[in-house]
Amino acid sequence: MEEKTNTVSLENQEYVINMGPQHPSTHGVLRLVCSLKGEIVQNVQPHIGYIHRGIEKMCESLTYQQIIHLTDRMDYLSAHINNEAVCLTVEKALEADVPERVKYIRTILSELTRIQSHQLFWATFGMDLGGLTCFFYGLRDREMVLDIFEETCGGRMIVSYNTPGGLMNDIHPNFQKRVKDFIKYFRGVIHEYDDLLTGNVIFRERSMGIGVVTKEQAVAWGMTGPTGRASGFSCDIRKHYPYSAYDKVTFNEVLHTEGDVYHRYMVRMEEMRESMNIIEQLIDNIPEGPYTVKMKPVIKLPEGEYFQSVETARGELGVYIVSDGNKNPFRVKFRSPNFVNLAPLNMMSKGYKIADLVAIGGSLDLIIPDIDR
Amino acid sequence: MENTQLTAAIAALVPDAEVKHGRQFVEVTVKSEKILAVMETLKETKDTSFDLLVSLTGMDWGTDLGVVYHLRSTVFNHMIVVKIMIPDRENPSADSLCQVYPGAEFHEREVYDLLGIRFNGHPDLRRLFLDSSWGYPLRKDYKDDVNIVSK
Repeated sequence: MEEKTNTVSLENQEYVINMGPQHPSTHGVLRLVCSLKGEIVQNVQPHIGYIHRGIEKMCESLTYQQIIHLTDRMDYLSAHINNEAVCLTVEKALEADVPERVKYIRTILSELTRIQSHQLFWATFGMDLGGLTCFFYGLRDREMVLDIFEETCGGRMIVSYNTPGGLMNDIHPNFQKRVKDFIKYFRGVIHEYDDLLTGNVIFRERSMGIGVVTKEQAVAWGMTGPTGRASGFSCDIRKHYPYSAYDKVTFNEVLHTEGDVYHRYMVRMEEMRESMNIIEQLIDNIPEGPYTVKMKPVIKLPEGEYFQSVETARGELGVYIVSDGNKNPFRVKFRSPNFVNLAPLNMMSKGYKIADLVAIGGSLDLIIPDIDR
Repeated sequence: MENTQLTAAIAALVPDAEVKHGRQFVEVTVKSEKILAVMETLKETKDTSFDLLVSLTGMDWGTDLGVVYHLRSTVFNHMIVVKIMIPDRENPSADSLCQVYPGAEFHEREVYDLLGIRFNGHPDLRRLFLDSSWGYPLRKDYKDDVNIVSK
């Protein structure tokens, strides 16, 4: 009997597969339409908008205090920093002087936010590449930061702790002690992160030399945050345009020049240590004073245009508010870091294997609600 | 460069632009058909070298549509705002910046999606978030009786 063999080769013909919108490695509802030739990626087209809520349109019918609660829902891992961005813009427009105490507390909370965001990145990135243990270790430590948030802000992820002019409430009496305990604990266990993943041979093989972005490309595409800094693009807003208490602390901007997946990961690992340094410089020196300045219940910004950038865990978040003098803004635009970092995905992953696409996507640390807004 | 120096430098580079001091940045308003040439000049000139497109915002000013560009120089760390006005509401269009700043690709698709401004020379101008059954929600005259509750 003649044996039937399948002789169709997929190596030389191009075909299209669909990744997402419910694929575990896309971290949300992102759909990637990939053209492949064999295993090699030819073209990637991101399809977004599955959770587009029209936040910019909604802002036009809300007051400035209400907008803050919407910014939590953009990049939910940098919720506190997003709140701060809107508050800084409003304060800049009103030329309001914020008490020193507020600046210190905001900076400490921003850096705690950055640490827990990078912890979750480490946890999920390890999982994307097949190291499931990372997920448990990462979430174990992140839980401690979320408990600090819960005690002081009342919320764990969606904090909404900033208001124009200050903070919702004063910090909890336990705050300083718990933060110091956490730093002491985390300095003791962060080597486990390196032991588990950074030195792992399989991980290094899968991440080194993959998804390389040069500095010129990073600038041209506007890639900021750890993604840009891994390519040697010095783009840290905290360094170049200091806000809150960042001009009172010394810290290093983490820069690498290789621009591959591994170094995007390394930037985040080193940033966690830098964040701990920043917190340690501030936590014992929080000045006494009021936790907010008195603001009118209805805030009307003077007519004009205002722009403020902050450094979230993923890059530069720009808030652009156009006011016509009413209690609602005329137009609000959020320049979200994830949206800009997603655009060059096609350029970055061309010529690599489909499995590398998962590593590249993971190394961008995309948060989909921030892309869709 | 400081804002006063920037004003002088830009007035020399782009003679027919309207340059004014905003609250934070120098604001340059140029004719919409010249935007591509102006951006190339601002990027290539050594003294200004605005090589980073920070943000690209589509605007509906009520009567005119417009686009607002926030540029930054990674060499000098100075910032500038460039604006264009598009009076034609029926068929608005402007030149795409994709060949100067590749990162403009997604920004322009977003503006096309939400405000309906077409960008000439864009490599892949499709709607980004919404499907074609929607209008252009960020326009001020957008009406949606079902999904938007108006007081």
